[in-house]
Amino acid sequence: MEISFVVEQLLNGFQLGVLLFLLAAGLTLVFGIMDLVNLAHGSIYMIGAFFAATMTLALDSFILGIVIALPMTLILGMVLEVLALRTLYARGHMDQVLATFGLILFLNELVRIIWGPAGLAIPLPLFLDGSVSLPLGIVYPTYRMFIILIGIIVALGLYYLVSKTRLGMLIRAGASNRTMVGALGINIRFLFTAVFGLGAMLAGLAGMLIAPINQAQIGMGEDILILAFVVIVIGGIGSIRGAFIAAILAGVIDTMGRAFLDVLLLALLPANAAEAAGPALSSMLIYFLMAVVLIFRPQGLFPARNG
Amino acid sequence: MLSVNSVEASYEDSQALFGMSFDVGTSEFVTLLGRNGMGKTTTIRSIMGILPVTSGKIYFEEREITNLASFRIAQAGIGLVPEGRQIFPNLTVRENLIATAVRPSDVKQAWTIDRIIELFPILYERLNNMGGQLSGGEQQMLAIGRALMTNPRLLILDEATEGLAPKVRSEIWSCLKTLRQEAQAILVIDKNIETLIEIADRHYIVEKGSVVWSGTSTQLRENKHLQKKYLGV
Ligand SMILES: Nc1ncnc2c1ncn2[C@@H]1O[C@H](COP(=O)(O)OP(=O)(O)O)[C@@H](O)[C@H]1O
Ligand SMILES: [Mg+2]
Repeated sequence: MEISFVVEQLLNGFQLGVLLFLLAAGLTLVFGIMDLVNLAHGSIYMIGAFFAATMTLALDSFILGIVIALPMTLILGMVLEVLALRTLYARGHMDQVLATFGLILFLNELVRIIWGPAGLAIPLPLFLDGSVSLPLGIVYPTYRMFIILIGIIVALGLYYLVSKTRLGMLIRAGASNRTMVGALGINIRFLFTAVFGLGAMLAGLAGMLIAPINQAQIGMGEDILILAFVVIVIGGIGSIRGAFIAAILAGVIDTMGRAFLDVLLLALLPANAAEAAGPALSSMLIYFLMAVVLIFRPQGLFPARNG
Repeated sequence: MLSVNSVEASYEDSQALFGMSFDVGTSEFVTLLGRNGMGKTTTIRSIMGILPVTSGKIYFEEREITNLASFRIAQAGIGLVPEGRQIFPNLTVRENLIATAVRPSDVKQAWTIDRIIELFPILYERLNNMGGQLSGGEQQMLAIGRALMTNPRLLILDEATEGLAPKVRSEIWSCLKTLRQEAQAILVIDKNIETLIEIADRHYIVEKGSVVWSGTSTQLRENKHLQKKYLGV
């Protein structure tokens, strides 16, 4: 096995991790602060992809398309929060799961009506379409490097926002005691709307970034949403730092598992058994990771509520 | 400045306030006294818009604030130091102070972190500690500092010194005396009748959700019967 192949898979794992992080960041903030289980988060990821596809085709520029689609997703998120999700804060988690599941069906249907049942492909601009040469003779797709780069920039930006700014302090304070935040003069409703919009925008960004690889497709948010929930549970609900570390861990472990587990099993098992078990086991790896983390740290790696 | 008129409020299963009425004048230091479970905290929650008022009206500086959203009441100029302190454990002391701070343009000498530290020097060493790492006394000082940083015209303290060591208590009392000299209006709930008689202007005794007596410090000091009957002194 060549080292370049390993590095390439590692980068693929990072790239998946970065996408998971973008999705998990909003999910963990919303769950951590508003105590809202939002299954429709994946739908926002999907709609972000469709926004970007439409805008890219209309403006003939992927970058411009994203720049316009981001505020569109922000607004979509804020509107959804005000119209639908706000009423769910006071309800139990089961009600929230049911209501947001209904929202998934509704939004899938809405996308079908607006954009039709077929997926939308996004052409990449030339400067992102090729490959870059890395040390060790590795040739890696430029666009995947671009995704990793964006993810790291967003992660740093979010870290700064949450740990250094006034808004970030209020977000953390709101996670521990929202009544008190309100009683000290902060409009917690508006804070929630803003946080929800921010989370929606990040989920949308993940959808926009994946669209040139996988197309914008109805239902694209559902599978990855489950992974994103696993990520926030591992990372500690409410924690951005936890979401980042868990997302990268999950992305790398999942990708490496798919690439190498069968090779590893081949050394232990007969060939046909290894080939059968490899894919099944590798898709279970991150759930296994979650189970192990929860045994030792039931609150996740970085529980947000007690510091 | 604050006027509470015949306020009633209930928890799910039971009514807790029955025609609660009292007022606090500008630059006045007023107390709510009474045994546990008589409705003092409930009164504060109703004033702050945390618990809905079912009847009656509350005015702050001539403006009705009954059942406004909590943040609007705070923004109107009321600073709360709640029962149980309720500082943000996952924020540093500095962050606790600045997260909700506001500095209205019409305030002459606005509160700053430096001034809070002058008031409670111990917080200086703690600025970068998490709120949850502080002792009870430090948490109370932080809660007072946090409320002052909103530059309130009325400061409310619910159980100002409950559960604190005597030394810390006297520090809190001397802080309140200082604030009082600076003409800060203060509404305090506490069980230290003797100290309160010394530093407060007027008192209300709360019994089963309404006021049963009100008077000045001198009147309360002389009325041993009253102290015994309602305050268990
Ligand atoms: N969260 C609550 N739910 C139901 N009843 C409550 C709650 N908080 C207080 N009460 C009741 O309301 C009454 C007044 O309580 P409270 O205002 O806390 O009294 P105080 O502050 O004077 O000790 C008590 O009978 C208490 O049992
Ligand atoms: Mg009380």
